[in-house]
Amino acid sequence: MNLKELYQEIILEHGKNPRNLGKTENFNKDAKGNNPLCGDNVHVYLKLNEQRKVEDISFEGSGCAISMASASIMTDLIKGKSDNEAKEIVEDFLGMIKENPELKNNILKEDDKTKLMCLSGVKQYPMRVKCATLSWHTLVSAMENDGKETTTEN
Amino acid sequence: MNINNIKKEFPIFDEKIQNNDLVYLDSANSSQKPKVVLDRINDFYSKKFSNVGRSIHYLAVAATNLYENTRSSVQKYINAKDKNEIVFTKGATEALNLVANTLGQAILEPNDEILITELEHHSNYVPWHFLRKSKNIKIKFAEVNEDGDIPIENIEKEITNKTKVIAITHLSNVTGAVLPIKEITQLAHSKGIVVVVDGCQGGPHLKLDMQDLDCDFYAISCHKMYGPTGLGVLYGKKKWLEQLPPYQGGGGMINEVKKDRISYGELPNKYEAGTMATAQVIAFDQSIKFLESIGIENIVKHEKELIEYGQEILKKNNSVKLIGNPKERGGVLSFTVEGVHPHDIATILDETGVAIRAGHHCCQILHDKLGIPASARASLGVYNTKDDLDKLNDGINNCKKIFDLK
Repeated sequence: MNLKELYQEIILEHGKNPRNLGKTENFNKDAKGNNPLCGDNVHVYLKLNEQRKVEDISFEGSGCAISMASASIMTDLIKGKSDNEAKEIVEDFLGMIKENPELKNNILKEDDKTKLMCLSGVKQYPMRVKCATLSWHTLVSAMENDGKETTTEN
Repeated sequence: MNINNIKKEFPIFDEKIQNNDLVYLDSANSSQKPKVVLDRINDFYSKKFSNVGRSIHYLAVAATNLYENTRSSVQKYINAKDKNEIVFTKGATEALNLVANTLGQAILEPNDEILITELEHHSNYVPWHFLRKSKNIKIKFAEVNEDGDIPIENIEKEITNKTKVIAITHLSNVTGAVLPIKEITQLAHSKGIVVVVDGCQGGPHLKLDMQDLDCDFYAISCHKMYGPTGLGVLYGKKKWLEQLPPYQGGGGMINEVKKDRISYGELPNKYEAGTMATAQVIAFDQSIKFLESIGIENIVKHEKELIEYGQEILKKNNSVKLIGNPKERGGVLSFTVEGVHPHDIATILDETGVAIRAGHHCCQILHDKLGIPASARASLGVYNTKDDLDKLNDGINNCKKIFDLK
């Protein structure tokens, strides 16, 4: 266990000053997510244009440093990607958080991958994995726009 | 037994938890278990095991006697009038579900009102919520004040001629407020209202006297009283337990079973269907004896000193905001730290062996009212010391350091 690995500078910084916080104008897809165990919640908004590209993305919610940083970094990295690329990044991120040592996708630039890898510290804290993954699961729901609320407990 | 030296009675404090000494501040969630309780479980399973109340062989009779001894010990400990007013359940949650369900069947009519409070744990709200759907019952909430207390006036003003039940906590698991159950019961009974008390936190921290409180039902969680998990106690006045229908059907709770009719057993069997948590009941006798050997007065005094010390040091810590400032606080210190989410606090404290709880503590109504999604909670048991609270404060300061707060 290593707190320094969990609370890396970049996580604390994103946690304190989350990017893309708020409700983006003209969103056309959104979804809510919640973690009933702790009461954390997140609402992801995105504007997917006709070319299926994420033109804008934002989130609202409250949560711990890990969940806020994860949502903040996620929105930063997903902006400008196509929906298929976004889904691939999500899958890669979830795989990395659960078991893979590295990210495998070829979509993100190396420094963006490094940023995302900062969240890998939660692997050592099983009770905190859900904090890191909630916004990502919620993003998938928003893209699918099935209107269902995402919960960490299903 | 001297309370200042009590940690050694609990084997878990001999363990290193992730290379740290354990500072256990999560007893409101569940308490640790003294050796006498663990030994009794082992002893029962390894030397005396049998099911109870059925067979007539030697072991069955001996086990039945041990099981019933616990009922007598509980009766004495909570000063119930009659041994048959003690019903074992799988937990306080089941006890509260039993009461809500059977009162719902027997005495509640559509549009009747249940009065609960904004302090209630989900287990004293959700069972009543079921009756909204099944019986069109209304639920009203007595308002918590800014100190985290429920003044009796706030209860009185929600009472109408439709109020049939007041279901209320004895001691809030978030604000620590101790509610005046005796006075509330007097008020309720003067209007013919049934009083159901969630005693989960009252059990380990307060002197319990059912005849003095005079409430109709009182739910106890044994695992918070230094006892095993999977066990609760429902105290119910005999007149109610006799009048209400059974909750679950099965073996042990019947008198006679025919193809065209079934009659039910006498108390307390009527409410103890199926094989009960036998070993847990038998071991809980040791929890009661353990509490009696220290003396509840000494426990109350010890915890009061700790609460006062905890409040003092946390109030000095400029980033900490204590939740609630009740007139009488028992066992619980909930707080937030400006700029650090409770989950982060809990993870950082855990790194040094300090175990607290973070979240809404099954009280979402209260946290909504407070306008926060979660809080951190340090809760006490007989084994805690001032040193534990110093370590809590050190841990909070470590959070501030990591999060670069002044």
